[in-house]
Amino acid sequence: MLTETEPHYRQPLLRTRFHERMRAYSQVDSFIPWSGYSTVDVFTSVEQEYFAIRNSASLYDLTPMVKYRVAGPQATRYLDRLLTRSVAKLSPGKVAYAIWCDDRGQLIDDGTVFRIAESEYRLCTAERQLDWLLDSSIGFDVEITEVTADIAALALQGPCSCSVLRAMGLQGVEVLAPFEFKHFVFGAGTAALVSRTGFTGDLGYELWVDPSEAERLWDGLMDAGRVRTIRPVGSRALNIARLEAGFLMPNVDFVSSAHTLRNGTARSALEFGLGWLVDFGKGHFTGRRALLEESRRKPLRRLAGLDVAGTKPAHNALLYSDRAGRRQIGSVTSAAWSPTCKRNLALAMLDAPHFDMGRQVWAEIYVNRELVWQRRMVPARVVERPFFAPARRRATPAGDF
Amino acid sequence: MSEAAPVPKRSNGRDRPEAIVVGAGHNGLVAACYLARAGLRVLVLERNAYVGGAAVSRRLFRGFTYSNCSYVCSLLRTEIIRALDLPSYGLQIIPYEGGCTLMRDGGHLALYDNHDALRREIGRHSRRDAEAYDRFMRDMLRHCRFIKPLLLRAPPDPTTLRPRDLRELLYLGRHFSGLGEERMYDTLRFWTMSCADLLDEYFESEIVKAHLAGSSIIGTALGPRSPGTAYVLLHHYMGSIDGTVGAWGFARGGMGAITQALASALRANGGEIRTEASVDRILTRNGRATGVVLSGGEELHAKIVVSNLDVRRTFLESMDAADLPQEFLAQVRRFKIRGSSGKLNIALDGLPRFPAIPPGAPCIRGDMHVTDTIDMLERAYDDWKEGRWSRRPYIDMLIPTQIDPTMAPPGKHYMSVFVQYCPYHLAEGPWTEERRARFGQTVIDSIAQHSPGFRDLILHAEIRTPWEIEKEVGLTEGNIFQGELTFDQLLFNRPIPGYAQYRSPIRGLYMCGSSTHPGGGVMGAPGANSAAAILRDLRR
Repeated sequence: MLTETEPHYRQPLLRTRFHERMRAYSQVDSFIPWSGYSTVDVFTSVEQEYFAIRNSASLYDLTPMVKYRVAGPQATRYLDRLLTRSVAKLSPGKVAYAIWCDDRGQLIDDGTVFRIAESEYRLCTAERQLDWLLDSSIGFDVEITEVTADIAALALQGPCSCSVLRAMGLQGVEVLAPFEFKHFVFGAGTAALVSRTGFTGDLGYELWVDPSEAERLWDGLMDAGRVRTIRPVGSRALNIARLEAGFLMPNVDFVSSAHTLRNGTARSALEFGLGWLVDFGKGHFTGRRALLEESRRKPLRRLAGLDVAGTKPAHNALLYSDRAGRRQIGSVTSAAWSPTCKRNLALAMLDAPHFDMGRQVWAEIYVNRELVWQRRMVPARVVERPFFAPARRRATPAGDF
Repeated sequence: MSEAAPVPKRSNGRDRPEAIVVGAGHNGLVAACYLARAGLRVLVLERNAYVGGAAVSRRLFRGFTYSNCSYVCSLLRTEIIRALDLPSYGLQIIPYEGGCTLMRDGGHLALYDNHDALRREIGRHSRRDAEAYDRFMRDMLRHCRFIKPLLLRAPPDPTTLRPRDLRELLYLGRHFSGLGEERMYDTLRFWTMSCADLLDEYFESEIVKAHLAGSSIIGTALGPRSPGTAYVLLHHYMGSIDGTVGAWGFARGGMGAITQALASALRANGGEIRTEASVDRILTRNGRATGVVLSGGEELHAKIVVSNLDVRRTFLESMDAADLPQEFLAQVRRFKIRGSSGKLNIALDGLPRFPAIPPGAPCIRGDMHVTDTIDMLERAYDDWKEGRWSRRPYIDMLIPTQIDPTMAPPGKHYMSVFVQYCPYHLAEGPWTEERRARFGQTVIDSIAQHSPGFRDLILHAEIRTPWEIEKEVGLTEGNIFQGELTFDQLLFNRPIPGYAQYRSPIRGLYMCGSSTHPGGGVMGAPGANSAAAILRDLRR
């Protein structure tokens, strides 16, 4: 997968097999690093790309997402010990969103786990953590390999994504339910694993192919999607969509406990409201004891969704319980104006009891008026997440638009 | 940034100094600067014809400037640089990128600043270690965060009830308990374990471990498997350049640029420096320091004498045993300050070629090594125990002229080669010219094994054994840290239990060298802390 023209000390970032296609499409030459690869921040305009996600169909290069193959007779036992949710309950052909913690119940990472076969899984993660996965495997008959470079992947997201796949010849893809995957063959015999998953909270799919098929996949989707105004999108557009869907962004909304230096900055899974991913009944897993103890106490803080007054995104805003700003009760981790909801959204970590639904807090926002900076105290209300959840994301069979 | 200190009236020669600092090393000069800034008349006495101690730049061969002793900078406290405004006296510290270990099989491991380049580089040796490296650095930074606030504070004496000590103990206690439970366990383990054990907790690749282990034995007569060496490793991570913790760099113009800037800052604050003024004896009367007598017999008087010499040289060689308490002296004699390292400074006709380093790789501008396993490092230490220099020594070589244009003529290069292990006491007899030359040859052979044609590039080489370093710089046994950085000689036990706060059994006699907390490296913290103790005693 790594298309490498220069050695790593001259060109530290790898290029995915979609790089040439993306470069040809890029108008503003805005590339950023993601997990050791060069990826696109913006192709043409963030707004236009965002609306491809919410209005038609969008293509996003998912290749840099870190992928591990977990296989062996005890793969299920291993993952059940590693992850907080039950893997034994996941049947082959299904995907699950999952988190994992250290012994103290502090969040290491989140990701998705694909049950490829009875005793073979694919674990997609935000951070590289081979040492943690290998150390956790001691005592289990399981083999763990990083396969990031062995798989090329594209996310096809948006209301027209199913019709694009059908136009490309994927017969019966519409009956694929959310968090299911299936192997398809299209065109001149290109094999792809297609999962109904995504990071947009919309109807969408992720397509996983052998790197040698990458450009054929890209071209096939672009051709099939032309009449549906498909367009490649960069990370900035995707970031607005994922916030509307209420998804966490690693190193933005949380810092892995594997990276925190300061005592007290690591966060437990429960503080992110991810208790629904923790299965205390499944037997032992790493972090169980700490999470169980914590679940019996009143939470000290929690991630909450905010609807902020005004239109100015509350990036990094400090949050207060009072308008005068005397008592800080948290801070914003992600913020954006939502073009679909027409609301000013934010994710914030808030101290108890301020994360309770419906409570009002005050956000300190700095606004730039032609370099005359002003400080605004803006009211914000704790609201339900996801902020945006269209029925089409779950509808099976999937609709045309 | 620089507070305007009152410039005292210049000493007219008849004015007696209020404080005499013995030795113009970096810590002596730092202490002198702080005292002069507080308005004291300060006189610094230096035995050599030049200031700097072990932070010097000397021109021994035409057109070349060597950093004769210490050669890279990281630990010098930013607080001191700012307080004394050293940049305005010409100090410039430039970070360098990465480094590498050249392997016996022709391979190499490099470290790069860019995280992705580094991960891919380590991944060539072990995919797992590439990711374990992040965890290792996280833990190193966690330990650094614990230790850094303690560097510019006198360690509290846990046996007294003086309010200041209680306050400082309380600070230390709060600081420690703020670590959280797991890290408290880790901290105690870390301060006492061996570097090899520490690295085994993270890495599987021999070359990764060997590269990282180098810093754990520098200046220390211990091997990578000796308990206590993990801390020495940390000691090399706790510096920073411009906020990048653990970064190392070059002082533009060589390490002498640091002491030259300090000397200028001292003079600007009214302090005086006399070179070629070798102190023969520190004078005392009735348990009080009264001044010093120079080797020519001249007596200089002051109520405060500050010794930049190591603790052994201060109390065993510069004082009368009759003036000092017996148990104190016994402890001074036991203070571990063993010579374990040598140094080569080499003028080169051109940039040496290292075939193992791929063309264009920036690691050649960092620290280069040739020890590729922990065992090889431990064997090198075995030689030291037998009283001979390592047949396959650990070397830390840098070519600063790739970055610093001031140290060699264009196209020519200066190479600094730190060598370990090299004993002060040779089993085969005392150091002679012939043995020194053979030692130098061993080092040059080690380099030449990785650099064809290296010998032909050598225009001049200064070869320094522990014996030369002691003779010239005055460090006992040539120990670069003025005493080893092992847990039994750290914090309130450095240098001597009960005397960790820069004071001595003689009133008015203070210590300010690296023998004191927080120890060696060109850090300046002992000098600054010592001056703070003196000014507290003077209530200034």
